[in-house]
Amino acid sequence: MEDKLIIGGHAFHSRFILGSGKFSLEMTNAVIENAGVEMATLALRRANVGGEENILDFMPEGITLLPNTSGARNADEAARIARLARELGCGDFVKLEVIRDTKYLLPDNFETIRATEILVKEGFIVMAYMYPDLNVARDLAAAGAAAIMPLGSPIGSNKGLLTKDFIKILVDEIDLPIIVDAGIGRPSQACEAMELGVEAVMANTAIATARDVPLMAKAFKLAIESGRAAYLAGLGRVLEHKAEASSPLTGFLEA
Amino acid sequence: MKLRETNHMEYMEGMEVIASDIMDRVLKATKEYDYYKYTSVDVYSVLQKDALTVDDFAALLSPAAEDFLEVMAQKSKQETAKHFGNSLCMFTPLYISNYCENYCVYCGFNCQNKIKRGKLSFAEIEHEMEVIAATGLREILLLTGESRKSDVEYIGEAVRLATKYFTNIGIEIYPLNTDEYAYLHECGADFVSVYQETYNPDKYEELHLRGPKRIFPYRFYAQERAILGGMRGVAFGSLLGLDDFRKDAFAAGLHAMLLQQKYPQAEISFSFPRLRPFINNADNNPNDVHEPQLLQVMLAYRLFMTYAGITISTRERAGFRDKVAGMVATKLSAGVKVSVGGHDEVSKGDEQFEISDPRTVSEVKQMLKARGLQTVYSDYIRV
Ligand code: SF4
Repeated sequence: MEDKLIIGGHAFHSRFILGSGKFSLEMTNAVIENAGVEMATLALRRANVGGEENILDFMPEGITLLPNTSGARNADEAARIARLARELGCGDFVKLEVIRDTKYLLPDNFETIRATEILVKEGFIVMAYMYPDLNVARDLAAAGAAAIMPLGSPIGSNKGLLTKDFIKILVDEIDLPIIVDAGIGRPSQACEAMELGVEAVMANTAIATARDVPLMAKAFKLAIESGRAAYLAGLGRVLEHKAEASSPLTGFLEA
Repeated sequence: MKLRETNHMEYMEGMEVIASDIMDRVLKATKEYDYYKYTSVDVYSVLQKDALTVDDFAALLSPAAEDFLEVMAQKSKQETAKHFGNSLCMFTPLYISNYCENYCVYCGFNCQNKIKRGKLSFAEIEHEMEVIAATGLREILLLTGESRKSDVEYIGEAVRLATKYFTNIGIEIYPLNTDEYAYLHECGADFVSVYQETYNPDKYEELHLRGPKRIFPYRFYAQERAILGGMRGVAFGSLLGLDDFRKDAFAAGLHAMLLQQKYPQAEISFSFPRLRPFINNADNNPNDVHEPQLLQVMLAYRLFMTYAGITISTRERAGFRDKVAGMVATKLSAGVKVSVGGHDEVSKGDEQFEISDPRTVSEVKQMLKARGLQTVYSDYIRV
């Protein structure tokens, strides 16, 4: 059976979602091609329709646009940005981000649930950026979210999977694609996330700040594919040093 | 006319007083800030950290940190890239009026001087905006002199006109009460810049002899009133070189940090105007801010507040601006005219200061591109 990522009834082959806005727009094509991505986020606040450096003009045909609501400080603002994105022809997907902290840029889980309720009713396919909390993930699922996007570590920090154990709980308990957003700093971390069983990984800063941006996009593609394959293959037992003692505790058992 | 007739720490009639202790905290910490106590060992250990405390910030502003400029620059470049990628926002200021009712002794524009004053009519403002918008810019900063001769209704109307052409509208005007900020926010403004000039109240008193600007606390709390009035963000700064620049830089940073802590949704940004030291006077005065000191201050801010916007003005030369873009600065102006109007209309008032980088929007964009940086025209949608 083909291994596909299904989000809101749409199927994707690639499990890599590309962030944008942190590298030059002219590079968009090369990066998308190298990354083999089918879905890319864009900040609607960067859309400059009819003007210079309009991010929408740089997205290649056939890519699924995932407009984000960055800049929204509450559910109502997020809903209005999502509607604007739809009016501009970005489709029904929305990456919901509600942030009211300019220092750490941590998501406001409560407002995110509220925005999900609003947007799902309006027919949006909501992919919700959140701080990994099981109760919140359940509420988002109940509100009709199509995917849950927990952060690995703070946006732009490149610190990797600091929230690994909590993300694993979401993977185990939530019946929706779990996609790690924010914080992935290197391909090995993307691979680690995929091995854990998340359905996809989003990355932006790690690629944008690389010396060779398109090449790093490719490195991420390979790492994500590799992590996915490892997950599907089932990770073998990794023996801890001296884990099997020479005098076993259960050696006394008779058949 | 009697000079220095009022107590600069007492509010004048009509000036709103808000409940806040930020000023007392900033003034106390600034008074206690002894930058000579930091050694190169302190600076070195700060540079190993990833999140800086106020005391770490103080160390980076100290004379001991001057020897670490290169390391600070390398680190700052990484932090800037992590938070802002390779993007630089571009904007231009539009001076719509230069009436001034204050007497700041360091400024040739003060009310004691006979200079050409004027304000633009709404038709003139709109025409200027059309000309600016045609360069591709979507962000504008509207400036007036500090006089109620350009009253809040007039500024509000200018802001409304700006919404036809721009997505991002900042104002750099005299300090207002909360309800007035709320009114301008409703008209379409989002960002408020107010510079304290110096955070030393005694020095402030000596330099600001007349007019509402003389009132230190009312100016200090302008950003907080702006946020309470619903503004999205506020800019801070001091005029480096007026007094002890290390203390002033420390105070402005702490001011912003405490405000962001109290209002976590507030966007914070900084500007670094400086008084140029007299050329023949180089190295004589520890208050003097030459390029290395200016850069040290900017880098200390970036490392302390990695998320903050940093604007670099056209008062600095092109060679300096080009290099700090992407290393520390995230925003720059281009196509600047510092007279009233003057983008197309014949200027209606004299220029307050000279600019050192007269390049147009497209020239600056080309420069950024050549340096591997991208120009961002729109970075905000108002919903
Ligand atoms: S600095 Fe501003 S307020 Fe002071 S005199 Fe000059 S124009 Fe007026």
